Amino acid sequence: MKLPYFPGCTLKTTATNLEIPALEVAKRLGIEMIELDRWNCCGVVSYLVSDDLMKHLAPVRNFLRVQEMNAKGIVENENRLVTLCSMCYNTLSLSNKRMQKNPDDLQKINDFMHREETKYDGSVEVVHLLPIIRELGWEAVRKQVKKPLKNIKVASYYGCMLLRPKDVGIDDAEDPKILEELVSALGGETIDWDSGSRCCGSYHTVNNKDIVVNLSKGIIDDARKNGADVIITSCPLCAFNLDSRQKDIMEKYPEFESMPVVFFSQLMGAAFDIEKEKLGWEANYISPEILFNY
Amino acid sequence: MAKLIKLDDKGVEFLDKIMELSGETITLCDQCGTCSGGCPFIAEMDVNPSQIMRQVMIGQKNIMESKTMWICASCFTCTVRCPRELDVSKVAEALRQVKLREAIDFIDIEKISEEEARILPSIAIVGAFRKFTG
Amino acid sequence: MKTGVYLCQCGGNISNTIDLPKIAKHVKEKKGDILIQENSHMCSGAGQKLIIDDIKNHGLEKVVVAACSPHFHEKTFRAALQKAGLNPYVLEISNFREHCSWAHKNEPEIATEKAKDIIDASIAKVELDFPLEEKKMQMGDEVLVIGGGIAGIQTSLDLADAGKKVTLVEKQPTLGGKMAILTKTFPTEDCAACIISPKMAAVQDHPNITLYTNSEIESIAGHRLHFEAKIKKNPRFILDTIDMDQCLICTKCVQECPIEQPNYWEQGIMNRKAIYIPAPHAIPYKYLIDKENCLHFKDGSCSICADVCPQKVIDFEQKAEFIDVAVDNVVVATGYDIYDATEKTVFGYGKYKNVVSALEMERIVDHISEKEPPREVGKRVAFVQCVGSRDKQIGREYCSRVCCMFSVKLASLLKQAKPETDIYIFYTDLRAFGKGYEEYYKRSQEMGIKFVRGKPSHFTEDPDTKQVIVTVEDTLSRDIIQSEFDLVVLANGMGLSAASEPIADQLKLAKSDDGFFKEAHPKYRPVDTLVEGIFLAGTAQGPKDIPDTVTQASAAAGRVLATLAQKEFSLDPVLAFVHQDICDGCKQCLNECPKKAISINADGKAEINEALCLGCGSCLASCPIEAIDLNYFTNDQMYAQIEASLSNKKEGEKRILIFADENTVYRLADACGVRKMKYSTDSRIFRIPSGSRMTSNLIKFALSKGADAVMIGDSPEKSSRFAWANNVTKENIKQVQSALNDLQIEPERLIFKEYSAGELARFTNDVDAIAEFLGTIAPIPNETRDKLFTAVRGE
Repeated sequence: MKLPYFPGCTLKTTATNLEIPALEVAKRLGIEMIELDRWNCCGVVSYLVSDDLMKHLAPVRNFLRVQEMNAKGIVENENRLVTLCSMCYNTLSLSNKRMQKNPDDLQKINDFMHREETKYDGSVEVVHLLPIIRELGWEAVRKQVKKPLKNIKVASYYGCMLLRPKDVGIDDAEDPKILEELVSALGGETIDWDSGSRCCGSYHTVNNKDIVVNLSKGIIDDARKNGADVIITSCPLCAFNLDSRQKDIMEKYPEFESMPVVFFSQLMGAAFDIEKEKLGWEANYISPEILFNY
Repeated sequence: MAKLIKLDDKGVEFLDKIMELSGETITLCDQCGTCSGGCPFIAEMDVNPSQIMRQVMIGQKNIMESKTMWICASCFTCTVRCPRELDVSKVAEALRQVKLREAIDFIDIEKISEEEARILPSIAIVGAFRKFTG
Repeated sequence: MKTGVYLCQCGGNISNTIDLPKIAKHVKEKKGDILIQENSHMCSGAGQKLIIDDIKNHGLEKVVVAACSPHFHEKTFRAALQKAGLNPYVLEISNFREHCSWAHKNEPEIATEKAKDIIDASIAKVELDFPLEEKKMQMGDEVLVIGGGIAGIQTSLDLADAGKKVTLVEKQPTLGGKMAILTKTFPTEDCAACIISPKMAAVQDHPNITLYTNSEIESIAGHRLHFEAKIKKNPRFILDTIDMDQCLICTKCVQECPIEQPNYWEQGIMNRKAIYIPAPHAIPYKYLIDKENCLHFKDGSCSICADVCPQKVIDFEQKAEFIDVAVDNVVVATGYDIYDATEKTVFGYGKYKNVVSALEMERIVDHISEKEPPREVGKRVAFVQCVGSRDKQIGREYCSRVCCMFSVKLASLLKQAKPETDIYIFYTDLRAFGKGYEEYYKRSQEMGIKFVRGKPSHFTEDPDTKQVIVTVEDTLSRDIIQSEFDLVVLANGMGLSAASEPIADQLKLAKSDDGFFKEAHPKYRPVDTLVEGIFLAGTAQGPKDIPDTVTQASAAAGRVLATLAQKEFSLDPVLAFVHQDICDGCKQCLNECPKKAISINADGKAEINEALCLGCGSCLASCPIEAIDLNYFTNDQMYAQIEASLSNKKEGEKRILIFADENTVYRLADACGVRKMKYSTDSRIFRIPSGSRMTSNLIKFALSKGADAVMIGDSPEKSSRFAWANNVTKENIKQVQSALNDLQIEPERLIFKEYSAGELARFTNDVDAIAEFLGTIAPIPNETRDKLFTAVRGE
């Protein structure tokens, strides 16, 4: 399966440990993710007011690249655009839904992009890699597992952007299961907890670090209380807030016990026994040693 | 001391403007409190989300001075729980936009330390600037 | 002078928009010798008298009333004609109000032009109206009541006391329904079992009631006032004889049975055996074996109950019995299910041990004063209102009406039994509307029960203590309460019972937006359905408390009695008929009627069985020579009114002819009018029994005579009286569209749409979309229209 792929800015900078193992595990599952030519930033956060149409220009422009890939025959009849970063997924999806629901808006955006060779026809479907894997079937994942995650208890952290609002959610907004299903396919144990879709504080990490410190501490404490060894996520911003900000949590709460936070792709990579160099462990702030030798 | 308020056309204009910008029928709000009870940021807010809905409904423009809308990070928890399917996140965005369009910024790039700038993921910085500047 | 035309002002509702004198002038100019009257309220006594006097004094033979929708006063005016000695079917109603003056309120001039078309069509049709006779059919006194809860029980007893023969079918092994599970009832706190038990016993003993418990409706069908049902009586696996062999209820079998299962009548807080009697007050008071869990049925490893039975009445081989019944009326009392709160995952029902449903709490409270109650409640208890009600997120926007009061009741009973309990009721709006309810609510406040205005967002569970942590905004203080509770009781809302669904499908009963069965009219026919002879009782029609349920159940019995008391009933004369002089006996129509109402008579020609025909008009399309016709909607009448309605069309104008089935889409357009919802003034709406009545010839004719688009609207198959009709309509449309293609006419000019009763905005949007579409394409050239005309009517 060849899929057009939108990486987004962060995967090329601070979150290479999400992308590199993801491309590798996808390959093992028979999914070739082909990076869009000339992709641009999605805008990170979606604009939610009614008169902000131009703010949707950036996400929509990327969809032209998908149409072009099809036209050039790089992919065959493939209208899905796959993403890894939760925020990119959410922002691209929301903009796409708006274009699909409002032909007038789409027309205006197309008019604005008149220098482009093609017009966006509304046909692209933004997807996240996780549901693509779910569609393949967990059995396919199980077949690739070389080192089952024996005795490792994993807290699935979805955050906000994979689940909400409902019409872009990859799973039930209040009772998601996809990460838990993935973990059991990898041979690991999951915990039952209440903080899996509780916000980590998002971009407040830039100028209101305290909010993030409090929220992240609450989430990690809850994971620990319910017996987790490691937290997994697909969002580079959640990963930063939950992982790197543990430094700040420890400064404020000296009794705080740290916990490793890894990307789902790293966890898959470990279970697939992918070469350690490709898993990017060094980019994790809290070293996930439990995943090195289990 | 109880506050004495007047219901006037200016208040109605304010409500209409926020309803138009947000696309949400704020008058549908039942004041059940589900949004406030579920908001992960509630401890940081000076005014509860449900109170924001209430104050906008009765045209109280001084709600613009609350910090609540700046704390809201559009996590959409309220959106998926509101029994009336109102999107409170959109109302918060509309309120932010009213302020931001007065060309007031709520973030200062100078205040981000070099160390922080080095480690912060780009989505954090871009996200914050898109939410806090006009 | 033969025809009288009456223009109703409707107290300004019509005359403020439509220029009625202008209409009068138009009719006069067009028709000449015609009587025209204008009146402020034609439906009033004075208005009716005007018609009656004119018929007598001027010898009128036909009448047109331009007023409100025929669904309001057609009956009134038909009665007036009858009083004056005219046949009631030589009357036409021009829908000036709903379809014109209200829909186009802000465009009086265009509305007046549209009104001209409407009245011209009515006059053209009335000229071809002919007297119709209502045939009489005989009725018996058999009634089928489906559902043996308090509603079905009350209806059955009322009917049986009045001497009618009742067959009562209950799915569960005992009568009583949900009420048999309840503890005490609000606001009087008298015990539910004590009220319902005597009634259950009375049903069992009544000579006029045949009771089937543990039984289901295997199939049911019928029309008008004749229904046939097959009842499936599921085996109890106990020999059911009245001689000496019968079961003595010695309990030996129960003592020995090794299987324990949660008892439904205790809502799972207590267990029962695999052989059991459902409840202490069960009627019939008989054992049954739970086949799903009995070891004998699982693997044959156990038969101890049969071994110990001194009477040897256990029969593992017992099979289901099937009983056929034929009845005149049916009462549907299939009740409600409580909302399945596992769907609302934020509340952790089914996952957190200390979150219980309202029905579970009924049983918990019922046992709470026992020495060793099966379930303790702890110190702090929360009631959470509106779980599965008033919540768009789960598609249930309605209020379930009873939950406020049952929570007040359960809290009060608990507080009286355990005064040390700290009780909180979290609510959004407290609704205490019934007699004595407000006072009961106040008494609960006096007891110290605390009402907190706020809807919890979510619960979590303390993994160690298993207490439930409730997070909720106290919307009156604006504080966020986050607190542990030993027990949280959900106030589950009501929804139509799952067991109702197959009944709904088979009887084609319509549902309202809330998913409950829809009554024929919310105000003046609240227990009738749109299907003649089927009535509703209890919560199957919508959430109700016990007093309202019993009231409505008696009302349903009353309506049945009123229907059956007529001894005979009139057939609606809108039925198909065959022009015997035209029919050539080709038999193509024979298989088209799903009711098998068409046969070949001794002359070799088709004939309609009037007792079977429902008047849908689907058969008309099958006749290649227009020999089959439909009373009141004859081919000649349809051609005439279509032509007349297009006769005023001017160069450059557009016309969208909408043929709306009278039960759904015509009423939908009425409802749009009532709400003053605007839609294109190019529209002209015609009433037809079903979309299938529009033969391909009629559609082509409309386009040939100046229609720019034709829309046919009908109810979806699921809720239609004529389930087969939409397929016929689609086939007719396909035929015409292919003809249009050949003539290079845009096939999009012909549209078929299905609407449910509530889809007002969809309807107006669709009409506007057609108007907009017509604006983007060139008109049909006159020569093309002529070709179409030739195709229909020859050279």
